[in-house]
Amino acid sequence: MTDLAVPPVLRLDDMSVSYRIRGRAVPVLSQVNLSIAKGEVYGLVGESGSGKSTVALAVQRVLPANGRLSGGRALINGRDVGALDRAALLQMRAREVAMVFQDPGRALNPSITIGRQVAEAFEILGASGHEARRRAEEMLTRVRISSPARVMERYPHQLSGGMQQRVVIAMALAKDPSLLILDEPTTGLDATIEAEILDLVDTLRREFGASILFISHNLGAIAGLCDRVGVLYAGRLVEEGPVRDLFAEPRHPYTAGLLRCLPRPGLRKDLAPLDTIPGFPPAPGSITAGCVFAPRCALADETCRTIDPPLVATGAGRVSRCHHHDRVADLPHAEPRAAAGTLAPAGTGAGTPVLELTALSKTYGSAPYAVQALRDVSLRLMPGETLGLVGESGSGKSTLAHALLGLIAPDAGGGMALDGAALAPEVRRRTAEQIKTLQIVFQNPDSALNRSHSVRRLIGRAITRLGGLSGAKREAQVTRLLESVRLTARQLSARPRQLSGGMKQRVAVARAFAGNPRLVVCDEPTSALDVSVQAAILNLLAELQAERQVAYLLISHDLGVVRYLSDWIAVLYLGRLLEVGPAARVLDGPHHPYTEALLSAAPSVSGERTGRIRLTGAIPSGVSPPAGCLFHTRCPRRIGPICDTEEPPFTADAHGHAIRCHLPRGELGRSPAPSMA
Amino acid sequence: MSGALGPFLLKRLALSLLTLWLLSVVVFFGCQVLPGDPARAILGPLADPRAVAALNEKLGSDRPPVEIYLSWMGGLITGDMGQSYAYRSPVAPFIGSALVNSLKLAATVFAIVVPLGIGAGVLAALRAGRPIDRLISVAGLSLTVIPEFVSSIALILVFAVLLRWLPLSATWPAGSGPLVQLQHLILPALPLVIVLFGYIARMTRAGMVEALSADYTRTAILKGLPWRTVLSRHVLRNALLPTITVIAAQMGYALGGLVVVESLFRYQGIGSLVLGAARAKDFAMLQAGILTVGAFFVVTTLLADIVTTLLDPRLRTGGRR
Repeated sequence: MTDLAVPPVLRLDDMSVSYRIRGRAVPVLSQVNLSIAKGEVYGLVGESGSGKSTVALAVQRVLPANGRLSGGRALINGRDVGALDRAALLQMRAREVAMVFQDPGRALNPSITIGRQVAEAFEILGASGHEARRRAEEMLTRVRISSPARVMERYPHQLSGGMQQRVVIAMALAKDPSLLILDEPTTGLDATIEAEILDLVDTLRREFGASILFISHNLGAIAGLCDRVGVLYAGRLVEEGPVRDLFAEPRHPYTAGLLRCLPRPGLRKDLAPLDTIPGFPPAPGSITAGCVFAPRCALADETCRTIDPPLVATGAGRVSRCHHHDRVADLPHAEPRAAAGTLAPAGTGAGTPVLELTALSKTYGSAPYAVQALRDVSLRLMPGETLGLVGESGSGKSTLAHALLGLIAPDAGGGMALDGAALAPEVRRRTAEQIKTLQIVFQNPDSALNRSHSVRRLIGRAITRLGGLSGAKREAQVTRLLESVRLTARQLSARPRQLSGGMKQRVAVARAFAGNPRLVVCDEPTSALDVSVQAAILNLLAELQAERQVAYLLISHDLGVVRYLSDWIAVLYLGRLLEVGPAARVLDGPHHPYTEALLSAAPSVSGERTGRIRLTGAIPSGVSPPAGCLFHTRCPRRIGPICDTEEPPFTADAHGHAIRCHLPRGELGRSPAPSMA
Repeated sequence: MSGALGPFLLKRLALSLLTLWLLSVVVFFGCQVLPGDPARAILGPLADPRAVAALNEKLGSDRPPVEIYLSWMGGLITGDMGQSYAYRSPVAPFIGSALVNSLKLAATVFAIVVPLGIGAGVLAALRAGRPIDRLISVAGLSLTVIPEFVSSIALILVFAVLLRWLPLSATWPAGSGPLVQLQHLILPALPLVIVLFGYIARMTRAGMVEALSADYTRTAILKGLPWRTVLSRHVLRNALLPTITVIAAQMGYALGGLVVVESLFRYQGIGSLVLGAARAKDFAMLQAGILTVGAFFVVTTLLADIVTTLLDPRLRTGGRR
């Protein structure tokens, strides 16, 4: 791997970067050293603010105007990027380094066709217009776009997120780069599409032989793809090593903390809270003495607070920046719940359900272009329980949530009932009590909170509107809510921009709980948050549920989150329920072939990606859904003609577990490792 | 894919016609509630009421308003704009020549201000935060708030009286060639250039700053494209969309709202024509003048929409994914 004659494709030599903020130079990266050999895939892990994207920008000399390389060098194929003149820099960008960003929808120019944009990458390399178009089409085929000629004529907004990312990857690979930088390439994509993109990258790396710098906060994705991994915290590389070893046996408390934050199989809200990393990442440049992680570290002692630990070798190819790298396994775990099973009652189905949907359908548009977003969905949810709603984009998850909230009116014929009373389709025809009872926590607290209001006003207003309190009573209630979401009075006068992402989401949760709701719709409540913050929010939701017997309708594409919080799981496909049942039964199986594929697509930190079930073909259009079983066009377990013509029955077993499949239960798939450890 | 453009245009066209019709209603009935009637205006305050009544009957202005409106509309559709009470002759030739004059002035204004404003906006965005950006932004803002009559007088004093570089009057001698006409037009155009420069420069700057910091621009840079190509192919096209709308909206203003400039420079444009007609209660002239300006507004807005649609495929192809 370390052939001395060939320089590494990328080498960072003590690289430091600072941003100038209000006249002060703030260090964002300090003395980062790493190298990526030819053909190697290197993963860079870190939470927001760790400086991981800055690495990508600095390497290509595209730092924002206030950013500056304040020390060290970056070398690409042995040449110092900082010393290149203008022409050489353009050459380097055109031929050697390629980059794929997080949000493919914004990385593509909205007013130019896909064909033009991809062909442009070849024109830079000297291809004539006609030749460039031909090669662009060829490249789109190589990234597995099925009808490239048609896609060439399209504009970015006409493609799905997964297709857009394929196009961006095609543009990046056009130059046959020696270094490909992927910066959070799958964040914001569905689990199955994420898995497809990761598969694609894995295949292409073999075809093209490019070295890859893979930047991500998604530990599972890193585990499945990378050879080596570096962990970045507060601008410093704190640990590095081969990915399997490092994830199996972390030698830095931060790495260990990150891994433990993940809701993994075997953990459930009623058994134990998730481990969290206490405190917050330091503001850049605020820690001047000792280890940057010391303030949040359970192993920290006086040495840690005074002496900055050096990188020490901890094994074959491994280094850790910790004085106590040999004691990481001793880090305390979160206390298990006092008695397992006390936190949430197992659903027995007795009593009045807090939510009952009967034959709910929603059709958008009119024939012949009608799209059925929901087909005949019937669900019930008992107080204090969580129903996890799973499915790809376009499966109808959001439509269901919007119908519940009264934002869209479902088709006539279906029914919604809250606490046994019919729920009107329009919000304005609902009673004040019903509005209080049913609240929502959105995915992105940034856009859900009014930026110009203080926390006091944000929560206070919700209390006035939903709880009808004012004056001193209102103040008391604000304080109580603040405490229950683990915020302190210090945050009362803060405005959203002064809060971290996790704090903002806590404010959003507090607001939803202002009127003592009985049902809260959680729409991807943690997908905009870092893993350590996610763990804290999930714990909070679990505790609030236990205290207040509130029910959750949880929408998430992260099966780990769904597994941790849910008592029941419902799987939607093209607006149709394919499976409903108690969470453990759905996860362990026997389960629907579609559920099985979804489960196998979820990346895990153990790096095992064998046995992944690949769904072929795209999700069918909702305008002309397949006849028979909706899933038969992509089903790996299709039996025969019966699947194409006849919709399978949907009957529940004694546990309330229903599967819409022609296969007998005995032949349906099961999870290799049961979720109930 | 551009098939979506046809129905879109038809719809916009229909809406434009509806707008014009509404305008005609407002203009007509607005004129009806003005005090005084045409015959009184023609014959003067001392005329015999019987003569006034007789003239009103002859002019048809004693009929019910709806009837007058219908016959007026009928005339408009067949191309007859009616008779001017003040000049006792058809309105159309007056409107025609005033419109031509106004168009010449407006064209001069835009020929100067569009390249200047866009150029300054682009420059300011490329040098964002630097002195040249501050200079352009502050200058644009302060120039915009100077009323036309103030800048007109200052410009007349400097260029026509002191330096004698440009003729004082906007009206050129009959039979002058285009160059002489242009010489006469520059001075009256400048006050408007001063007002519009700030708008256009600021709009361009905002669009440019947004496009320059967009992810797709970074993608283009990282493709290894030379900076000039990044700008011309990826930045400008997306940056100028909002500017185009602003320019189109200001065109209508430059045509019909120049009353002050036209009267200061004694220029026979549509603004001074409408003002004169309002003073003389020359309703046919007034209505035709306002409707012409309105039609111009509608046409420029429609043109801006079409150009924006051509440049922005998201509008052209709908929000379909």
